[in-house]
Amino acid sequence: MITELGHFALILAFSLSIVQMIVPMVGVKYRLGNWINLSSALATFQFLFTFISFVTLMNAFITSDFSVKLVFKNSHSLKPMLYKVSGTWGNHEGSMLLWVLILTFFGFLVAVFGTNLRSDFKARVLSVQSAIGVCFFAFILFTSNPFQRYDIVPFNGQDLNPLLQDPGLAFHPPFLYMGYVGLSMSFSFAIAALMEGRVDAIWARWVRPWALMAWTFLTVGIAMGSWWAYYELGWGGWWFWDPVENASFMPWLISGALLHSAIVLEKREILKNWTILLAILAFSFSLIGTFIVRSGIITSVHAFANDPTRGIFILIILFIATGGALILFAVQSHKIKSNNTFSLVSRESALVLNNLLLMVSAFVVFIGTLWPLFADLFFDKKLSVGAPFFDLAFTPFFIIIAIILPVGSSLAWKRGNFNRSMTALWPAMIFGIVIGSAIWVLQTGGRMMAPIGISLATWLICGAVADLWSRAQAKTIKSKIKRILNFHRSDFGKLFAHSGLGITIFGIAAITAWEIEDIRVVKDGENFNVGSYNFLFQGVTTGSEKNYLVTRGDFLVKKNGEEIARMYPEKRFYPVARMWTTEASIDQSITRDLYIVIGEEQDDESWSVRTYIKPFANWIWLGALVMALGGLLSISDRRLRFSAGAPRKKMSSRYE
Amino acid sequence: MNKLLDVCKILFVSICLISYPITVLSVESNEILSDPELEERARAISKNLRCLVCRNENIDDSNAELAKDLRLLVRERLAIGETNKEITNYVVSRYGEYVLLMPRFNWLNWFLWLCGPIMLILGFIVVIWSFKNKSKTNDFSLSEKERQRIKELLKD
Repeated sequence: MITELGHFALILAFSLSIVQMIVPMVGVKYRLGNWINLSSALATFQFLFTFISFVTLMNAFITSDFSVKLVFKNSHSLKPMLYKVSGTWGNHEGSMLLWVLILTFFGFLVAVFGTNLRSDFKARVLSVQSAIGVCFFAFILFTSNPFQRYDIVPFNGQDLNPLLQDPGLAFHPPFLYMGYVGLSMSFSFAIAALMEGRVDAIWARWVRPWALMAWTFLTVGIAMGSWWAYYELGWGGWWFWDPVENASFMPWLISGALLHSAIVLEKREILKNWTILLAILAFSFSLIGTFIVRSGIITSVHAFANDPTRGIFILIILFIATGGALILFAVQSHKIKSNNTFSLVSRESALVLNNLLLMVSAFVVFIGTLWPLFADLFFDKKLSVGAPFFDLAFTPFFIIIAIILPVGSSLAWKRGNFNRSMTALWPAMIFGIVIGSAIWVLQTGGRMMAPIGISLATWLICGAVADLWSRAQAKTIKSKIKRILNFHRSDFGKLFAHSGLGITIFGIAAITAWEIEDIRVVKDGENFNVGSYNFLFQGVTTGSEKNYLVTRGDFLVKKNGEEIARMYPEKRFYPVARMWTTEASIDQSITRDLYIVIGEEQDDESWSVRTYIKPFANWIWLGALVMALGGLLSISDRRLRFSAGAPRKKMSSRYE
Repeated sequence: MNKLLDVCKILFVSICLISYPITVLSVESNEILSDPELEERARAISKNLRCLVCRNENIDDSNAELAKDLRLLVRERLAIGETNKEITNYVVSRYGEYVLLMPRFNWLNWFLWLCGPIMLILGFIVVIWSFKNKSKTNDFSLSEKERQRIKELLKD
C-alpha cells in the first residue's frame, strides 16, 4: 500500500512538472501575474511529492519488501541496515529517482530563497528546471519504474552487488548527483537569461553559487569514487580513465571553467555569451555522463545496471536539451553584449586562458572516451582507448594550467602588471624549482614524474599563499596577518582550492614515481622485507559474518625492530551473489600507506601475498577535500549570499 | 545452535568454493622474471595491453585466466630476446588492435591524438579574433556625425 502511494506521488509530481513547465512560461508571455506566481508553489509541491515517493521506496528497501521487483533484485534480508538504505540508490531505477529528487529539491530552493529575483525571471528559471524534470519523470515512469510489483512474492532477495556494499559507495552517488544536477540549475538560469536576452552581474551572482556548489560536490564525489577504487578493487589503483570516471570528470572540468568565467562576468561584466555557453555545456556533459553510465554503451568496469533502450531515451533528452539550448543561444546571443575591455596582461586574460585550457582538456577526455564508439560505428574498427593514452594526451594541459595558475590568479583586473605580480611570486617559484631539482638529484633512476610534479605542487601551494600574503598591504607582520584575517571568505576559498590542487598533484606525482611493489608466496611464520618495513605473516583464520564468509590473513609489521601495525587483509565470499571480493588492509599515515592484499592458498599451504608501499597516497584525496573546502568557503562568502539581488559596487572593489 | 548454523554456513560455502572459480590475483609471484630489468620491461608492455575479457583493465591488473596467459606470453617472448615493439606487434597480430590500450597513431586515429593541440590552437585563434573585434567595436573615438554635433554645440 505504502509503495503504491509512492508510485502515485511520483505520477503526481510528473503531472505537476508538466503544469510548471507550461503555466509560468505562458504567464510571462501574456503578463498574467497569477500564472507567474504559481511557479513557486508548483516547485514546492513537486519536490514534496517526489520526496514522498523516494521515502516510500526507501521504506520498501528497509523493510525488505520483496514483492517490489527492484528490492528483490537488489537487496537481501541479511544485508546490513546501512546497505539496505543505500541500496535505494545503488541501482538504476532508484538512482534515477534520487536524480529527480535532487532536481526538484534545487527547484524548491530557488522557489523559497529566490525572493530577490525578478518574478518573471524566476518563473522562467523554474519553468526550464521543470522541463528537465518532465523529461526525467517520464524516463522513470515509462522505462525504469522502481515501483513494479510481483504477483507472487519471492522468499528472499538477490542481494546488492557485494562491491557496492561499502560505506564509501553508499555516499558516492548522492554526491555525484548533487554535482550533476546542480549544473541543471545554472543551465536553467542560462536559458532563462537567453529568453530575456539579458545578462548582467546579478545573473552571475546567481549562477556562481550553483556552479560552485556543483563543482564542490563533484570534487567530493569523484574523490570518494577514487578512494573506494583504491581500497576495494585490490591493487591500489586510484584512477583508471574508465568511461564512467570520465563521465564525472568532464562536468568537473567544465564546471571549473564555468565558475571562473562567472567570476569574470560578475566583476567585469564581460564574457557573457561565453559564460552562458559554458553553463549549457556543463549541464549537457552531466547528461552525457548520465547517458554513458546508464546506457552501458561504452564498456566500463562500472556497468552495474544498464540497458540500451534506456540509453536511447536519455540520448533523446540530451538532444532536446542541448540542441534546443544551442539553437536558442544562436538566435538570442547577439542581444547580449559585453562592453568593457581589458588589456592582454590582466586577470581577465588569465581566466580566459584558464577556461581555454580546461575546455581543451575536457575535450581530450571527451574524444578519448567516445573514440572507440566512433571508430566502431563509422570505420568498423574495434579499438580501445585506455589509461596510457589519457596519461599522455591529458596531462600536458594540466601541467600548463599549473604553471600559469599562480601568476594568473595574482594579476590585477583590467590591466595587470606581470613584473609586479612576479615580485611576490619569485620566492615560491624558486622554492618549487629547488625542491624539484633536489628530488631529481636524490632519487635513483631517472623518472621525471616526481621532480616535475612536486615542483608544480610546491609552486601552486606557495604561490597561493604568497598571493594572499602580498595582497595584505601593511608594514609589520602582525598587521599583515590582521589584514589577511579580514579578507573575504572567497579569498580563502581561492587559497584552499588552488593549494588543494597542488596537494593532489603532489600525491599523484609521489605515488606514481615511488610506489614499491612486492609479490611473493609466504608460509605461516615467515617474514619478509619491503622497503624499510618488515612483515611477519602469522597465518590465516576463517570465519563468517552476517552476509559473507571471510578468510583473514594476519600480518605483524615492524620498522627498525619496532612493531608499528597489525594488518588483516581479507578475502570475502558472498554466497547469495556468489561473488568473491578482496579487502585490502591499509595502514595509513601522512607520508605513506602500507597496502596488503592476500591471494590464494598454494599447494604447500603457503599464501600468495602482494604488498605495496604507496608514498603520500592520502594526499590525493586530502587535496580534493581541501579543494572542496575552498569551494564551500567561496559559497559561504557573504557577498554571494546577501548581494545576489543588487550589485554593490563598493564590496567588489577590493581587487581594483 | 548458533555454532551449528555457522558450521552449516561454512559447509555451504565450501561447496560453493568447489563449484566456483576462485579469484586469481593479478600478477602472481611465480610469473615474475628473475631479471629485474626484463620484469620492468614486461610491466611496461602489459600496461598497454588490455585484458580482452574484462571491462577496462590492463592484463597486469586483471584476474582473468586469459590475462594470465598473455602475461606469460609476454614474458616468454622477452626471455627469448624480442624487443618490446616486436612483442606488442605479435600480440596485436593475434588479437587485433583492440588489445592496445594506447591506440596507434595512424590514418584513423590522428584526430584522437591531435584533438587537444588542434582545439588549443583553434581556441587561441578565436580568443585573439574576438579580442581584436572587441577593441574595434569599443572604439570610443568620435564618429564624423558626433564631431559635427560637437562643433555645432561649441559654436553657441
